Amino acid sequence: MDYVWTFIIGGGICVIGQILMDATKLTAPRVLVLFVVLGGVLTGLGLYQPIVELAGTGATVPLPGFGYSLTKGAMNAVSKEGLMGALTGGIKDTAAGVAAAIVFGYIVALCFNPKSIR
Amino acid sequence: MGNASKDAKEQKKNEQKQQAKAYEKYVKKFTPSPKYFSNSVKAFVVGGSICVAASYTQEMLMARGFEKTEAGSIVTVLLICTAQLITGFGWFDTIAKFAGAGVIVPITGFANSMVAPAMEFKKEGPVLGSGAKLFTLAGPVLVCGISASVIIGIIIYLL
Repeated sequence: MDYVWTFIIGGGICVIGQILMDATKLTAPRVLVLFVVLGGVLTGLGLYQPIVELAGTGATVPLPGFGYSLTKGAMNAVSKEGLMGALTGGIKDTAAGVAAAIVFGYIVALCFNPKSIR
Repeated sequence: MGNASKDAKEQKKNEQKQQAKAYEKYVKKFTPSPKYFSNSVKAFVVGGSICVAASYTQEMLMARGFEKTEAGSIVTVLLICTAQLITGFGWFDTIAKFAGAGVIVPITGFANSMVAPAMEFKKEGPVLGSGAKLFTLAGPVLVCGISASVIIGIIIYLL
């Protein structure tokens, strides 16, 4: 795994997002949703795994990587446990990140007050 | 008589339409067109840097004896917590103003999208305010992402 590829792929995915936000009327949340679903679909088609092998965190840290983890978890669980795996696998594999985001996010939201943009 | 008033109405409508169009043109003159190139460069550099930093941290953890997937999870958690803390201090919007998609597309943007509305709606209480608003933006992402993954899992099972 090369830092150069990590940088190029990671940055490239962000550029796609930036262009989508600038050129079309897609707002940030829509871009996020689009990316997660796109990551999942590409993983299902077997097209995202090679990118992950090439770029490592460059492909897993941007949001398509979240869709990748979800779908990969579901696919792995299906091959091991059958149909129920489709329901359990995705959330199981992303549980750490989601739980951390919920718990820590809640704590931060309760401890800090909103500030205006500087 | 009836026709005349109808014509007058239509004329008025047309005039209004023209005025609206003229106004639109006038507004367009003053709205700055987005700087595609410089925005993209900023997003590229910042987004790429975040990914490289994540990769570096993962390798450091692996050198200390963590398994690869475990190290990956720890890095994700670290990124999320950092982004949420930065949001809490009120610095995230400043950074996002500069970097745009560079910080929104990585998992940091997802983390920020949970804390920001939760903080904003604190006044409505810890349950229906912060607790509910934590998912205003993260909800759609989770709903669509999980739905997609389950559907793909079922398709794979059927194939």
